[in-house]
Amino acid sequence: MDPTDERVPVRRSLAARAHDLKGVVGLLDITKPRGSVLLDQLAVRLQERIPGIEVRRYAKPTFAKPAPEALRQTIKAEADAVIEALAD
Amino acid sequence: MTAHMPSFSLCDSRGHRHSFPSGRPGIVAFVKEDCPVCDLVMPLLDRLGSLTDIAVFIIGQEETGNRLLVERHTLKTPLLDDSALKVSFAWGIETVPALFFTDDKGYEKSRLIGFSREEWQRFFDELGCDGVEWNSLPPWRPGCGSKSCDPVIADRLRAEAEHSPLRARRIDCAPADDEFEFMFDQGFTDGLPVVPPTPERVLRMLVGTVRDSQEIVASVPPNFAPATVEKIAINAVMAGCRPAYLPVVIAALEAVCTDSFNAHGLMATTMGASPLVVVNGPIRERIGMNMKLGALGQGNRANACIGRALRLILRNIGGAKPGGTERSTLGNPMKFTMCFAEWEERSNWMPLHVERGFACSDSVVTVFPVTSGPQLIIDQKSRRADQLAASMALVMQGIFHPRLQVMDCVLVVCPEHVDTLNACGYSKEDLRRRIQEVTEVPRWKRMPDELTGEGIGSLPPAHSNEAERMRLIPKFVADEMIHIVVAGAEAGKFSGLFHGWVGGTIGSVPVSRKIEEVV
Repeated sequence: MDPTDERVPVRRSLAARAHDLKGVVGLLDITKPRGSVLLDQLAVRLQERIPGIEVRRYAKPTFAKPAPEALRQTIKAEADAVIEALAD
Repeated sequence: MTAHMPSFSLCDSRGHRHSFPSGRPGIVAFVKEDCPVCDLVMPLLDRLGSLTDIAVFIIGQEETGNRLLVERHTLKTPLLDDSALKVSFAWGIETVPALFFTDDKGYEKSRLIGFSREEWQRFFDELGCDGVEWNSLPPWRPGCGSKSCDPVIADRLRAEAEHSPLRARRIDCAPADDEFEFMFDQGFTDGLPVVPPTPERVLRMLVGTVRDSQEIVASVPPNFAPATVEKIAINAVMAGCRPAYLPVVIAALEAVCTDSFNAHGLMATTMGASPLVVVNGPIRERIGMNMKLGALGQGNRANACIGRALRLILRNIGGAKPGGTERSTLGNPMKFTMCFAEWEERSNWMPLHVERGFACSDSVVTVFPVTSGPQLIIDQKSRRADQLAASMALVMQGIFHPRLQVMDCVLVVCPEHVDTLNACGYSKEDLRRRIQEVTEVPRWKRMPDELTGEGIGSLPPAHSNEAERMRLIPKFVADEMIHIVVAGAEAGKFSGLFHGWVGGTIGSVPVSRKIEEVV
């Protein structure tokens, strides 16, 4: 007998990739150690190389749990692109 | 109103199909070849077959046996093949010979079970069927057990019946396939062989709970898939459980699938965490759990299989597979199984489940998020409780990294260490306090420096004053995060330590659930 959940996984398409960065670029810190160090550097470099973009920082409350729905919706509403630092 | 007997359609030895009800009054008789009483009544049944206004169905329960009966008795009435035993099961036959007399629509009018000369003779007389030498027959014979009641076969029949409690998908394994290799190929195992979960075995496992087989017990992370009692039973079979273990597996799964335990994070973390299962209460003895010599190791079926069933459920139902949602850097052997019982009677301390608010008479399972262990704590020389507790504290200082402050841990105190602590009047609270006291160091000693870059981090500017630098920080965020249980052999001054994971609301907290026993 089948020991699994017998569900056929839904194949989801990835969101369209951004070809260039413009508008608001979100940087998501999952709060693992030193993730913020990487994102600090990334923010500086992005603003040097692509003048005119706005970098906005976001953080998960804990790396041990999925990002809360409200945070995901906020990022979706505010940012044109998002870069996540997994730090592992 | 008498019962309407189940309809059927069976073939005789020449392949002719016979259907019940037939539109005429019917006689349906069940026989098997190795029953001497069936042998005795075969000529009588064949004689009934000559009645023109009644449809007679003689049903044999074995393919080979049917051939023998036809040859032995030179039957004129066709003998129908029910070697699949589906009709015998549907009719609830317990004893053969069993003869049913029905009306033209299939409603039962009377029945004869076994052989009573008086009853059979009366039945024949009523039908006007004569020519039987009744005096040559014995007055009474009890008959034999129906083959459909054979314990091995009955479980299969129950599983295949219309009202079977089983709803899971059946996966056919080709006769030439090795069923153990097949289970590996399907990705159903943890890397060790599993018991193939046949419908018969799953049905027997379900006897261990009073819950409905289709009740959803939990949504299992990381995929949050529904776990029915049946799916849990399937995985319990695979893990090697006895039915009596099933209530523990169900309670452990309920505990693991709570928001507070956060199994999603526990499975996904690169730290390689897994649930540790501790069982308390009367069920420990009832199902033969080990809490004494070698309790944290191998060799006890209940300990090994309960922990393994939980892990297989997380894998097969929840989808926690290494390389998928399970992302451990190293993994750890507790991801196969980690379960034991507390030896509550061996100390004068309050058992774990009573500390956590349950009655002593309750059977309770507690799950802890752990990343490593059991780490051995050796102290063969201390004779005072404060010394021994300090030894434990010194070992605990190393959890994850000596400079880090941590949350939960599970300390398994061995009997000889219990004696030293109990003799000095040490309570669990005293032990916790002493561990915190010994591990306390000024904050600056837990900060990164030239020797090591790891530590609890730099002081925020607002707090970078001398008082904060000198503030004493113990190993554990709170005393109550040191969870203490008793287990192990009488001999040996060796306690054990399981390291926790990320604790509190940002990670995972231990959860207890009462076990619903079938007594």
